[in-house]
Amino acid sequence: MMSSLFTYTLRIADSSLILGQRMSEWCSKGPTLEEDIAMSNISLDMFGQANGFYQYAAQLDGLKSADELAFRRNEREFFNHQLVEQENGNFGNTIVRNFLHDTFNFLFYTQLANSKDETLSALAHKSLKEVKYHLRHSSNWLVRLGDGTKESNAKTQVALNELWMYTDEIFEMDTLDTELFNKGIAVDNSALKSDWDAMINNTLAKAKLIRPEDEYMATGGKKGLHTEYLGFILSEMQYLQRAYPNAKW
Amino acid sequence: MNEIKFQERIDAEKKIEPKDWMPDAYRKHLIRQISQHAHSEIIGMQPEGNWITRAPSLRAKMILLAKVQDEAGHGLYLYSACETLGISREELVQQLHDGKAKYSSIFNYPTLSWADMGAVGWLVDGAAIVNQVSLQRTSYGPYSRGMVKICKEESFHQRQGYEIMAEMAKGTLEQKAMAQDALNRFWWPSIMMFGPQDSDSPRTGNAMKWKIKRQTNDDLRQDFINKTVGQAELIGLTIPDPDLKWNAERGHYDFGEMDWDEFWSVVNGNGPCNKQRLAHHKKAHDEGQWVRDAAKAYAKKQELVAN
Repeated sequence: MMSSLFTYTLRIADSSLILGQRMSEWCSKGPTLEEDIAMSNISLDMFGQANGFYQYAAQLDGLKSADELAFRRNEREFFNHQLVEQENGNFGNTIVRNFLHDTFNFLFYTQLANSKDETLSALAHKSLKEVKYHLRHSSNWLVRLGDGTKESNAKTQVALNELWMYTDEIFEMDTLDTELFNKGIAVDNSALKSDWDAMINNTLAKAKLIRPEDEYMATGGKKGLHTEYLGFILSEMQYLQRAYPNAKW
Repeated sequence: MNEIKFQERIDAEKKIEPKDWMPDAYRKHLIRQISQHAHSEIIGMQPEGNWITRAPSLRAKMILLAKVQDEAGHGLYLYSACETLGISREELVQQLHDGKAKYSSIFNYPTLSWADMGAVGWLVDGAAIVNQVSLQRTSYGPYSRGMVKICKEESFHQRQGYEIMAEMAKGTLEQKAMAQDALNRFWWPSIMMFGPQDSDSPRTGNAMKWKIKRQTNDDLRQDFINKTVGQAELIGLTIPDPDLKWNAERGHYDFGEMDWDEFWSVVNGNGPCNKQRLAHHKKAHDEGQWVRDAAKAYAKKQELVAN
């Protein structure tokens, strides 16, 4: 039986890992050399965060190492937000996806830093420093793209429309979240929504982009239900660990 | 007159700085060499980038990504050093795309297994370090200072590669086979990284006189081989050269004949990945055009608002 704290920690780690993996796909493909470096940097931060949370989960679990948690679980055992597994697409898709997620992460870690669980609190403090920079990066680019050329505005608006459906589940609270929130350990995700709305609306206005209406909104990440992309991400990422299960690297 | 003073400066081991007078041929030689070096860093991101998403542990992933990111950083310093000679980064990239500028042929070989990340770090970065340590004393100031900074990071890269090789060489039979296979494939291309033999290197004369180069291709190659043989033995891998043996008289390892037909063929665009590497770079550049345009348009609007 997995403990609630273990599962909670794993969820955070999974979102960091999968976004890190997506960002690492940009390496050598950036629109400028400077941006290539920035995206690698963000990816490295995400892997560092994932590693921190996996180490803690491994410690709580006592059975699997951080690497086993990352490289030996299947799609249905991953709990990341569906938003972070979405394809990089063009640079605009990546910026929009990250902007939506960075804004959430900023609010989430700000609250998690107050957790009664000392390790989660420490990891949140450390992550928050990095997430502030990520948010500045994605917000600045969102404004540049939105208020750049007609083409960049159109591309970015399309990306925003397509990714909007993944912005609802990040605020969900299930019984596990509520249980740990009541103990002062977890964050009340649903309470982050109004601040998130305000921050998003503010930057979208600067970027001359239109906030999409809520239509079909995806859900399932917490239950291990994902879009079709996750299976491919994992089969690529886990290939060596799966193909040579007895090897050390 | 200028030329004599210039040579006196060089001979006195004084650095040449961007605003100093320099012969046109010196400037051209440097632009060619530094841009080739910059392009090599950038194209070199691809064969290693090929494995980032498949790196087998969180640690391996972070180290490899950090290493490739360093290479992008090296490319940046080198483009900047090159720009001090009066050419823009856009022009340099255009030359690369037009095939007028070259990059190191080693990056035209594919990376086929995780052990190749070991071989590339150990051998390719190892060979690059031998060359770059020597270039720290090059006569052009910005290039020399760039090399000092780059050398510090490269030695970390080489250790990272050697660590992967060592780990695999003592691993399962499959891992050891992968390690040996990677060494077999990367050995000869690595020692060819030092360029043609001195007798076939037309530009060495001037480069040595101007102290752009401080050691010849053959001397650097010998240095690298001397250093590397023991490292291979230590981890139980065999260098794929039956003629390799210690020559006590020379105080160096003797080694076999390199396949110069292959070398020139890859240099001239006919290697396993030449087309792919250039196409990848062009594609990323083309796909980024709208982003660069947007950033420019936005900056212009901000300027108008500010005025």
